[in-house]
Amino acid sequence: MSLDESVTATDHDVTTPVTPREGEEGRRSHSLLTGSDRRTLTLMTAVPSFLHIALVWIPAIGTFILSFTNWNGVRWSSLKWVGFRNYEQLFTVFEKDLYESLFNNLWVMVALFAIGTPMGMLIAYILDRNLKGSAIYQSIFYTPVVLSLAVVGFIWRSVMYSPGQGILNSVLGRTDPGNQIDWLGNPDFLIPITSEYGLSKNFMALIAAMIWVHVGYVMVLYLAGLKSVDPNLREAAAIDGANEWQVFRQVIFPAMRPVNIVIMVITVITSLRVFDIIDVLNNPIGTDVLSILVTDNILGESGNVGRGSAYGVMLLLVCFAFAIIYLRNAFGEEDQ
Amino acid sequence: MTTRKTEIGGYPSPAEWARDLNRRTVLKGGVALAGLSAIGVSCGSDAATEFTGSIGDAGGALTIGSNASDPAPQAGLAAVVASFPNEDVEVTINTLDHNTYQENINAILQAGEDDVLAWFAGFRNKFFADQGLLGDISDVWDQVDGLGAGFLAASTATDGKQYFMPTSYYTWAVNYSKSLFAEKGYSEPSNVDELLGLADDMASDGITPFVFANDGQWPIMGTFDILNMRINGYDFHIDLMGGKHEWTDERVRNVFTTWESLLPYHQTGANGRTWQEGAAALETGECGMYLLGTFAASASEALAADMDFFNFPEIDPAIGAGALDAPIDGFQMIAEPKNAAAAKELLLHMSTAAAQDAYLSEDPSVVASNSGANTSVYNDLQKKSAALAGSATGISQFLDRDTIPDFAGECGNMFAEFIEDPSKVDGLLADLEEKKVAIFADYS
Repeated sequence: MSLDESVTATDHDVTTPVTPREGEEGRRSHSLLTGSDRRTLTLMTAVPSFLHIALVWIPAIGTFILSFTNWNGVRWSSLKWVGFRNYEQLFTVFEKDLYESLFNNLWVMVALFAIGTPMGMLIAYILDRNLKGSAIYQSIFYTPVVLSLAVVGFIWRSVMYSPGQGILNSVLGRTDPGNQIDWLGNPDFLIPITSEYGLSKNFMALIAAMIWVHVGYVMVLYLAGLKSVDPNLREAAAIDGANEWQVFRQVIFPAMRPVNIVIMVITVITSLRVFDIIDVLNNPIGTDVLSILVTDNILGESGNVGRGSAYGVMLLLVCFAFAIIYLRNAFGEEDQ
Repeated sequence: MTTRKTEIGGYPSPAEWARDLNRRTVLKGGVALAGLSAIGVSCGSDAATEFTGSIGDAGGALTIGSNASDPAPQAGLAAVVASFPNEDVEVTINTLDHNTYQENINAILQAGEDDVLAWFAGFRNKFFADQGLLGDISDVWDQVDGLGAGFLAASTATDGKQYFMPTSYYTWAVNYSKSLFAEKGYSEPSNVDELLGLADDMASDGITPFVFANDGQWPIMGTFDILNMRINGYDFHIDLMGGKHEWTDERVRNVFTTWESLLPYHQTGANGRTWQEGAAALETGECGMYLLGTFAASASEALAADMDFFNFPEIDPAIGAGALDAPIDGFQMIAEPKNAAAAKELLLHMSTAAAQDAYLSEDPSVVASNSGANTSVYNDLQKKSAALAGSATGISQFLDRDTIPDFAGECGNMFAEFIEDPSKVDGLLADLEEKKVAIFADYS
């Protein structure tokens, strides 16, 4: 508010006959900040900076430091410095876990970009046409986002994927002993990359549950964005003879650029920090992701903070890679 | 205070406790005498925390942290507290969901909110005691009556002091439905050939011989435990759990060879099946046998009424069938409890037959640790469990209680991958051995 006021004040000054000399402008606008403005600004930057440093940077740096230790997380006295040993082990003894997790995180990202996000956008686009009962459909698609994780776990484990009693096997007629599909337990590859790594069938089953949640999330975000698009744009395009797809592709989608970026970022973040659904479905074999390896090592009875932190640093590096790509694009476009 | 020597070096193996169940002798008498003479020497050093053993001196508030989130155990613990004779102590039970409790035990131990915590005997108790997170209750043990030396060993940490009060246990065996066995004329096998014969009969009757459920990757650890103990013996098994043998050892490989030959008798798709679903398959007669703890009966009342079990038969006559998994549950005290006096009185009370009778009146799926407990109210399963454990030559605590929890998780992963594709076994074992070396080095 105070900034807006100062802007109007400057505008007003400019209309006066006395033309300010060059170089004076900066000093003048600076002096327009009152004491309370300054306090407000200081607070508004100091508090978030403090929180950011305390809650983001200190833990991140702490994780990095702890990744060079062997520590059970109980007493400082039991902490041992082991240099790069944890990293060395990640790439030798635990390499299968590490690579499997990296692949799995990647699969989630691919699946959410290829299926989850477009599906959410499509549903939002359809619901935006003021269909009858649109609110009901919205609620239905959004429900998975709101449900407690315990319920989500129950739905997918016991209602959907249970080999003997689940809906899927019942519908497919595969409930007989020996003929059941083991949705959550079968680690055979659906899409093999090498003999050791690939997209396993049970991880695809978990991804289906993640998509189920993600669709509702994207739908709500996109729906909110669509509401803000000027309907005249759509009509003008229609008058020019554009078909539905062309209207979306050439008019609506570009107009929604800010929302698209938010959704893209959310999709990347979701796929990197995915944890909850895998955990409530008991983390079947072949379904490790980086966040699971971090928590498995750090939490639990026998805390292995060093190794868990090393996995955490891996996750941090992957996140940095995406952050750099994103920032490059964002600033690159600004430069043009 | 006094320190007692356990028979097995640093590792408090519960190997010997079962025999004492049978003998029903109270070894503590002798131990207490030794203790007295020790006190005579070191008199006065611990006067402030001296525990006299009389219940009723303490007062104030006391909190128990409990993982008994299922109805029967929850009612059982409430009954134990209700039977606590010291009315000056106001006991609160703080119950958490079973899994949440276990995953957060480290935080719970350090939070200091709960004075007394439900936990497991053996390695998992010793692990925390060695880190200084638990309170020494050796003075409570001085007053204990009716717990055998095996329980003592399972409650003793590396420093020779006691940090655990065992209250109950249950056994792992091959469960079956009595009505199905009667209907088809099956009988309990006494050696592995009879077991395989029985399995063939079941298969030809259209019944899948063995339930196989491994959701969570712990249930089939029981299968590995029993095969290893039958093929290589109890001592080898405990040493293997203690990291003293290589997993690439031919003896370990033999276990997997046998396991692979048994896999065709098991249900397919085990990794996605919960043990409760497995129990349902036993109840409906879809499967004939289920190697699981006797808690299988808690899946349904119908199964509880119809279930019976037999000890997994011998594979090698030279080794016999004397060893089995019989995990002990109980309670421990945190290092700095808010009310140590009341905590110790309650722990002593929990060791008594009276308290355990109260517990079992609500939860009849386990067996009391105190030899003085009222066995006349036991149901058939409890009687059989007590007899089985009593006649055992070696008792292990179950894989995830007998080794470092991290490593137990790696074993669980390996077993789950093995049953999906047994041909990968050599690579999987080599991998597991590598991880074992790394993990054991972390905790040495």
